[in-house]
Amino acid sequence: MGWGNPKVTGVLPIALEEATKIIQALQLAGKEYVCVMRLHGEVSEERLHSVFKEFEGEIYQRPPVRASVKRRLRTRRIYYMELLEVEDRNVLFRVGCEGGTYIRKLCYDIGEVLGCGAHMRELRRTRAGPLTEEENCVDLYDVAYCCSLWKEKGDETQIRRIVQPMEKALELIPKIYIRDSAVDAVCHGANLAAPGVVSLETGIEKGDTVAILTLKGEAVALAKALASTEEILKMSRGFVAKTKRVLMPRGVYPKMWRKNSSV
Amino acid sequence: MQKNIPPWQIKRELKIKSEEKTDPNYGYKPEERPIKEYLRFGIINLDKPPGPSSHEVTAWVRKIFGVEKAGHGGTLEAHWAGEIPKLQAYCQ
Repeated sequence: MGWGNPKVTGVLPIALEEATKIIQALQLAGKEYVCVMRLHGEVSEERLHSVFKEFEGEIYQRPPVRASVKRRLRTRRIYYMELLEVEDRNVLFRVGCEGGTYIRKLCYDIGEVLGCGAHMRELRRTRAGPLTEEENCVDLYDVAYCCSLWKEKGDETQIRRIVQPMEKALELIPKIYIRDSAVDAVCHGANLAAPGVVSLETGIEKGDTVAILTLKGEAVALAKALASTEEILKMSRGFVAKTKRVLMPRGVYPKMWRKNSSV
Repeated sequence: MQKNIPPWQIKRELKIKSEEKTDPNYGYKPEERPIKEYLRFGIINLDKPPGPSSHEVTAWVRKIFGVEKAGHGGTLEAHWAGEIPKLQAYCQ
């Protein structure tokens, strides 16, 4: 009958201990999938192409019945849809989309627009934010083997290959690098003030999520920009980012701030 | 308003606001953390096998490493689990 759970595989970022704080950033990150969709009727390739084009851009989605979020209509962005292969009624395609897009639902909706109906048959995630299946993607056997090498033989080289610093997860988020003296204040939840900024990336707009890092490249916090890159470069006082999620434990850097001191 | 560009295709440059050095006595470059620290602040780009749920896979990884906490980002699920066994039971 072809029933049964569709096969779902691919990039699943797993964070350990302190790094679990970074998960939020990965959940919001864009995703890419390769999917096999099964059509319930005959459709020409040209028609598939044109319907795929229609789905690019902003779409409306109501999360499925068994979803972990509230079932209200929400919009999601489809960056691209690329038809790879059609064989019989099976359609292989690649889709780049915003985090939180339901691909099973997308297949169903494509089926509705085509008129014949369709369902998701197989799904493979090829990207979650900065993590891709091409770069350092490891399976459970790798993990178990490398971990045993470390535990039994004390060899850390392999474990350093399969585990990456959590900062990797922030790769696509615009960054602000700060002085050592500003680090501990942010770790305590303080907002970032202009004098603490050493350098920052282009393209930051007011309201954007930014990552605050030390000059060594360690993640300090996730924050919301209170000004654009250009504005921050010119500011000599005032706050530039509102701290949202502290990622670094307190006390790693010395406490250089005093209560009631103005910045 | 927003152009249809995936985040991984956006190019950014670094702008310097002021010159400053970092004190090597505090913190580590992420790749140079001692192994215990490295793992505590580590993520794994795991290739999820078909079958088990994201939660199950994460629990296995937690056990393999013997750590207390592990979490996964962006659940990778068919969103069918539960429905099919019920349907099958119904059909029998």
